[in-house]
Amino acid sequence: MNPIAKVRDAVGHALPSPRGDGHDQVPETGSDAVLVLRGAAVHVAGRALWSSVDLRIKAGEFTAVLGPNGVGKSTMIKVVLGALPAATGEVRVLGVRPGQANDRIGYLPQRRSFDASLRIRGIDVVRMGLDGDRWGVPLPFPGARRRAARERVTEVIELVGASAYAHRPIGQCSGGEQQRLLIAQALVRRPELLLLDEPLDSLDLPNQSAVAALIGRICHQEDVAVVMVAHDVNPILHHLDRVVYLAEGGAATGTPEEVITSKTLTRLYGTPVEVLRTSDGRLVVVGQPEPPAIHTDRHEAYGSGHAAG
Amino acid sequence: MLLADASAAAWSWNLISDFQQMWSFPFMVNAFRAGAIVAVVSAVVGWFVVLRRQTFAAHTVSAVAFPGAAGAVLIGVSAVYGYFALCVAAALVIAVLQGNGDHEESALTGTVQAFLLASGFLFIALYKGLLEGPQTILFGTFLGITASQVTVLLCVGIVVLAVLALIGRPLLFASVDPQVAAGRGVPVRALSVVFLVLLGAATAEASQITGTLLVFALMVIPAATAQVLTARPGLSLMLTVLLAFAATWLGLTAAYYSPYPLGFFVTSIAFAGYLLTLSVRALRGIRGRTGVPLPTEEVAA
Repeated sequence: MNPIAKVRDAVGHALPSPRGDGHDQVPETGSDAVLVLRGAAVHVAGRALWSSVDLRIKAGEFTAVLGPNGVGKSTMIKVVLGALPAATGEVRVLGVRPGQANDRIGYLPQRRSFDASLRIRGIDVVRMGLDGDRWGVPLPFPGARRRAARERVTEVIELVGASAYAHRPIGQCSGGEQQRLLIAQALVRRPELLLLDEPLDSLDLPNQSAVAALIGRICHQEDVAVVMVAHDVNPILHHLDRVVYLAEGGAATGTPEEVITSKTLTRLYGTPVEVLRTSDGRLVVVGQPEPPAIHTDRHEAYGSGHAAG
Repeated sequence: MLLADASAAAWSWNLISDFQQMWSFPFMVNAFRAGAIVAVVSAVVGWFVVLRRQTFAAHTVSAVAFPGAAGAVLIGVSAVYGYFALCVAAALVIAVLQGNGDHEESALTGTVQAFLLASGFLFIALYKGLLEGPQTILFGTFLGITASQVTVLLCVGIVVLAVLALIGRPLLFASVDPQVAAGRGVPVRALSVVFLVLLGAATAEASQITGTLLVFALMVIPAATAQVLTARPGLSLMLTVLLAFAATWLGLTAAYYSPYPLGFFVTSIAFAGYLLTLSVRALRGIRGRTGVPLPTEEVAA
């Protein structure tokens, strides 16, 4: 049995199947799928960043996009937002082409912190997520719409547990507090899809697990599909439904148990990779190549490399 | 007592008679009108300048107002047009230079600004008949504001405020959180260009009251003060307008009843307000050790 076939068996539907004959392969309509990628590839500056990504995310599913630095994890979010076209394959977001349903998507860009001297309250930043893109000034009279907007903002701030500091200037909130407020901002319009770009980056460990738990809770309780770019899977491992592991040129998708294995990752990277499980359940990936160490010509030697798994 | 005080005006503490006395002169009425317009327009624009940290751009635009006015006088047109032409042109140049990043062009901006200031100085030297010399352009005056000048200020001011009202919310979003705003379809880049043009127009207005060097008195200080007082956007915008308005009218009154220049008074009054606010906040900070107190707006005024 050739190694690729063996891995494909092990991983089931997770691996890209050129013939599209996997067990739960995407039906053509895909009406209940929030996000569908079929054989998607992305080229940046003429180079294929990743390719053959097959992914299908339903409402209320928590998906992590993993992989080494520089492999194009954030690029995947840009593709879903329609900011960058997919070179090949098909991408459907909420049933339409990327970029056409952005008002139904909540987006949290890669870690941005607010300057300490910025004198805007957290609640105002959340409010901007609701109607900050509207032209004109709101009428200064109290009305049903105004009340509804205010209630929604309060509600979403309570949802993320930020009520205690939402009235402080956001520059004076801690990193974790800012991150919660930004999640509230992304959620305030009741998006059906939440795109988070490394939201746990530069948070301390307790905050990492707290924010991860918050995202998991929102995802499952509010029935929002979450796609989260992460460089470390461990803080979110318990909450995850699905994983996309990107490597230079390829990708593997499936449940964490299917994808984060020595076998799959070795196949994916074409070099021996070992996944170890610590006594507390954390996963450690050893031998995963970082892109600067990979030369493009190594692809020619692909076949010889990956049999070592 | 030097200038307007031919009638030996003296402050009487009877506000009504004081203002009646001042407003018996048409030039003072015009000065108060112009001051009110300029205060409101530059306060609102300045609030966004402070929020967007574009004070260097504002400084450049205001410095360029000097050669604009000097050049206009030299070629024999009203200084008003010189202010508007060069301020708006400078704002457009900054917008072009800025590209997508915002700060890397500051050296170039500074270079051009120095050259234009030097040109302004040359224009002054070439035009030997300029009555008060460069001081008026640099530090402002309230004498000789004509009714037609007030009309120009009013029309430009209304346009600036109308455009700001239209783009205000997306501009706020783009200023605070450009990435997410762009993700929501807010034209961040176009808004930045439009805002710079508004900044140019507002600077040209303010230059005519405070002089080009003291534009910040109305453009930056009131907004900075208000943003110390409160973090609520609507309230701090209103406070900014109020502070700028108060500084201008108080400054005009002080300048009328004293021999000292207007620019000094407007700036000093605004600055005093800023110092007062900062010290109040420092005191509160010492009293309540728990970071920043939640609602700070009650300290206003």
